[in-house]
Amino acid sequence: MSELQSLETAILAAVAAASSEAELEEVRVAALGKKGSVSEKLKTLGALSPEERREMGPAINGLKTRVTDALAARRDILQEAALDARLQSERVDVTLPLRAAPAEAGRIHPVSQVVDELTAIFADMGFSIAEGPDIETDHLNFTQLNFPPDHPAREMHDTFFLHPKEDGERMLLRTHTSPVQVRTMMSQEPPIRVITPGRTYRCDSDQTHTPMFHQVEGLVIDKGSHIGHLKWILEEFCKAFFEVDEIKMRFRPSFFPFTEPSMEVDIGCDRSGNEVKIGEGNDWLEILGCGMVHPNVIRNCGLDPDVYQGFAWGMGIDRIAMLKYGMPDLRAFFDADIRWIEHYGFRPLDLPTLFGGLSR
Amino acid sequence: MKFTLSWLKEHLETDASLDEIVETLTRVGLEVEDVASPADRLKPFTIARVVDARQHPNADRLKVLTVDAGNGEAPLQIVCGAPNARAGLVGVLARPGDYVPGIDVTLSVGKIRDVESFGMMCSERELELSDSHDGIIDLGPDAPVGASYAQWAGLDDPVIEIGLTPNRPDCTGVAGIARDLAAVGLGKLKENRPAQIAGEGPCPVTVRLEFGDTPPLCPAFALRLVRGVRNGPSPDWMQKRLKAIGLRPINALVDITNYVTFDRGRPLHVFDAAKVKGDLVVRRGREGEELLALDGRTYKVDETICVISDENGLESLAGIMGGELSGCTEETTDVLIESALWDDTNIARTGRKLGISTDARYRFERGVDPAFCVPGVELATGLVMDMCGGTPSEISVAGKVPETDRSIDFPFSEVKRLTGLSVSDAEIKGVLTRLGFWVTGSGGTVKVAPPSWRPDVHGKADLVEEVVRIVGLDKVVSTPLPRLESVSGRVLTPGQTRRSQARRALAVRGMKEAVTWSFISRAQAEAFGGGTRLLELANPISADMSDMRPSLVPGLAAAAQRNADRGYADVALFEVGQVFADDTPQGQSMVAAGVRRGTAGMTGSDRHWSGNAPQVDVFDARADAEAALAAIGAPVDKLMVFAEAPSWLHPGRSGELRLGPKTVLARFGELHPRVARALDLDGRLAVFEVYLDAVPQPKAKAGRSKGAFEASDLMPVRRDFAFVVDEAVTADRLIKAARGADKALIVDVTLFDVYRGAGVAEGAKSMAIDVTLQPRQRTLTEEEIDAVGARIRAAVEKATGGTLRG
Repeated sequence: MSELQSLETAILAAVAAASSEAELEEVRVAALGKKGSVSEKLKTLGALSPEERREMGPAINGLKTRVTDALAARRDILQEAALDARLQSERVDVTLPLRAAPAEAGRIHPVSQVVDELTAIFADMGFSIAEGPDIETDHLNFTQLNFPPDHPAREMHDTFFLHPKEDGERMLLRTHTSPVQVRTMMSQEPPIRVITPGRTYRCDSDQTHTPMFHQVEGLVIDKGSHIGHLKWILEEFCKAFFEVDEIKMRFRPSFFPFTEPSMEVDIGCDRSGNEVKIGEGNDWLEILGCGMVHPNVIRNCGLDPDVYQGFAWGMGIDRIAMLKYGMPDLRAFFDADIRWIEHYGFRPLDLPTLFGGLSR
Repeated sequence: MKFTLSWLKEHLETDASLDEIVETLTRVGLEVEDVASPADRLKPFTIARVVDARQHPNADRLKVLTVDAGNGEAPLQIVCGAPNARAGLVGVLARPGDYVPGIDVTLSVGKIRDVESFGMMCSERELELSDSHDGIIDLGPDAPVGASYAQWAGLDDPVIEIGLTPNRPDCTGVAGIARDLAAVGLGKLKENRPAQIAGEGPCPVTVRLEFGDTPPLCPAFALRLVRGVRNGPSPDWMQKRLKAIGLRPINALVDITNYVTFDRGRPLHVFDAAKVKGDLVVRRGREGEELLALDGRTYKVDETICVISDENGLESLAGIMGGELSGCTEETTDVLIESALWDDTNIARTGRKLGISTDARYRFERGVDPAFCVPGVELATGLVMDMCGGTPSEISVAGKVPETDRSIDFPFSEVKRLTGLSVSDAEIKGVLTRLGFWVTGSGGTVKVAPPSWRPDVHGKADLVEEVVRIVGLDKVVSTPLPRLESVSGRVLTPGQTRRSQARRALAVRGMKEAVTWSFISRAQAEAFGGGTRLLELANPISADMSDMRPSLVPGLAAAAQRNADRGYADVALFEVGQVFADDTPQGQSMVAAGVRRGTAGMTGSDRHWSGNAPQVDVFDARADAEAALAAIGAPVDKLMVFAEAPSWLHPGRSGELRLGPKTVLARFGELHPRVARALDLDGRLAVFEVYLDAVPQPKAKAGRSKGAFEASDLMPVRRDFAFVVDEAVTADRLIKAARGADKALIVDVTLFDVYRGAGVAEGAKSMAIDVTLQPRQRTLTEEEIDAVGARIRAAVEKATGGTLRG
């Protein structure tokens, strides 16, 4: 008995002393392997008498079981320790800075974003988007729109011209997107509801003017739309676009050759601080021109002005973008300074919608 | 158009306050741009008398004044350097604490050469009244000492400036503005009709309108001689008004013409009759003729320009500016007063051509009231006689004042139809009548005759505007526009959708959207296949913005360079915009283009602990182009890459993406170093252009179903092959051959290695592919897999001459 006891003591001590799974395996082989000390003991059972076997059998098997359990327990401990050590060795500095995700680095230009905002609003009111060429004829840019030849109103437009052709015709860069209205009226049956965003050009360059800028015009032609409807559309638009609940608007009589009556529209704002606040305060800011489409223009487009009527308006996309998003300088729009685009641009996946909000 | 409040009240009887008047002007369409009250600035200054003036003890050119401020306090000691400072002078005093605008200084008690000074006596320049700085203001002995200077001088008359729209020539005169205000109910219009003045004898100077068989440029020309005038300064009240609106008083005769111009919108001209020789001939100019005009400049004329000449030569640029030589001076004793009508279009054209802006041109090109042509002479005659005396001749009129009578059939219902506003027939009639329109007839439709001063009114809509602007646009009630459909349909055209998709797809790849000019320099345009005269601006704003762009790349490349010059070398920019092949609508197309500079790849730029970003190259450009094409729904699996590209790209590092052999959907590559050098660009630029309009529209689908989803339960099998091929063999040929070896089984071929060097002959390369087979019915046997492998080897060998690498 004492022999078995001392064997067990020795094996368990070896198990406890094993410092790695490899060492533990050596201990297991030495005890439970084919020629292991415990296995050798088991082999002796066969030669024993039944009485001796009855006594030694459970003793040796008990030894085997305890050794096996001790091995398993020690293995668990060693495995845990090894994993801990591995984990410790795999530690990294998780504060290392990441590269920016491409979708975070990219930006949409404010002009594109604002056009998408306009589209969302006017699409909801049943308008579609019409477009036309930047290089226009004098006829479509002026004559068809009821600008008399040599009228001072033409001069207000500071037109860019291309070189005259052999037949004397002089193409020009459109000074407004109104030719698109004419093109629409000439190609489409009323009722018409379109907006016409696009690039426009005037040879003018100073603090607040650039030779190229963006304009959006709207056109409604049917058999009953009047100034009351025009007012409603512009009020609803301004509230939706500037994302305010109430807005004060002032319609002033004005003059454009292609509308009659013509109006300019001011919105109420607060200009006391550094930035213009829309929807509050007691100042006025002119933001757009509008009016009932001139009977001559309707007639020029092949419609009877006593049957068809409607209205049009126009405003600067860059300008309303500047007002909404607090951008002070128009010229920066076209400079492509990445710092500016980064600051004023929009995230690629922030598509303006009415259901999700126009802006964050 | 500027005028003062008192001037307005000359034509309008009103108790309305300045604020009411200003608000009403804007409301009826005469937008007030500015209200200036010079009195505000001059408020502190009072009239004071110099009691004593002694020599300054320590300065030869200074005097020490004793000044009585007239306020009952002890006289002030003031040091003054003005040459005209003297005892007895009554002038304008500024005291310590007062802000003197002309020198931008708030006065304090000063010590000048050891003598204390308690204020200053001001010059006109110091008060910003004029440029005169010859001495201190000398008001004359009668000015009331102690009184407010501004009030006494009549400078407390507010100046109102309105931004006049081109359709309102009638409001280029104060009287017309008063008429609008009276119509809206702000007061009563004073009918200041010029009295007819009987003349003695006919006007001795004959006027001949000589236009031969060319279109006449002068419908009527009225002329009157006033003999025996004494020309001198105009009276104080007239000078004050002219000065208030920024005009310089010259002499009574000239001031009268300016006054009538602004009072009635009726430009006049006066000739010194002694300097006019023979008849006045109104005709077209002749090549070689020139005129020294009143502005001191000499203008060359031609047959498009209307002139007035006499036997001395040209005397006037008709309707725009008179000549220096026949102008009226203080010596003038006989004056010819001209009131004419000119062709407005010709005036506008001439003014533009000669670059002259005058108050006369401003009015004539908008259209002056023909009916006031002769009354204008009468008005001026009256003023001349009042101020200068003299004896008038009869008025002679050459030509004929044109009739302006016209009548518009006007249904009262038109107001409601166009504005939605309900206005009673009587009120409509009242408004029009107050504005000077003749309304005749009864019932729902009347006849309306516009007055002679309203050349802008021709139709029903014009009358509606008159009514609504006077009744008030604020009375129009907002009315919801009825919806045409309950749920709005798709509103964007396919082209618009594509631009939006391309834009967002490129931004998601880390690029920043730029908007660059549609015009670029000639050099830029030429480098990119443009620069033809057809697309060159005749009047560019600057030389580097002269040509409509044939490509977005030069503008973007220049923008990238600007950023690099600011210290941001690694930038990725894109633009979605129009390019121009010719001047027709079809010649304009939409392109998405991008530029990556330096190391600005999609996943980041510059150095980083995780690995530095490499220089951008042709593959970055191609990836951008393909991503944009995929985003807009182009059939990317059918695209073919061609190693051909335009001259602005690196010949060995560029290509085209085509659909079929001809349709080019995109170009990409590294910018040609020669082009970069020519355009002053440095650094590596990977650029692309995607031709959004070139992508064919997908066929309309009957439904939106994506079809059934089929996925095999069997494991795919993958096999690697490495082929040695000639250096000239392109990857796409090898991949295409391998894919085609068994179209049913092979679902994917990936090229994962390109190797040159030991084991591969010079001039050849090894390309390794990973082929995925997808069994459909049952697991493949080794024999079947080997059979596919054999077919792949055969197909690749046939297509490329490549052999399996040993």
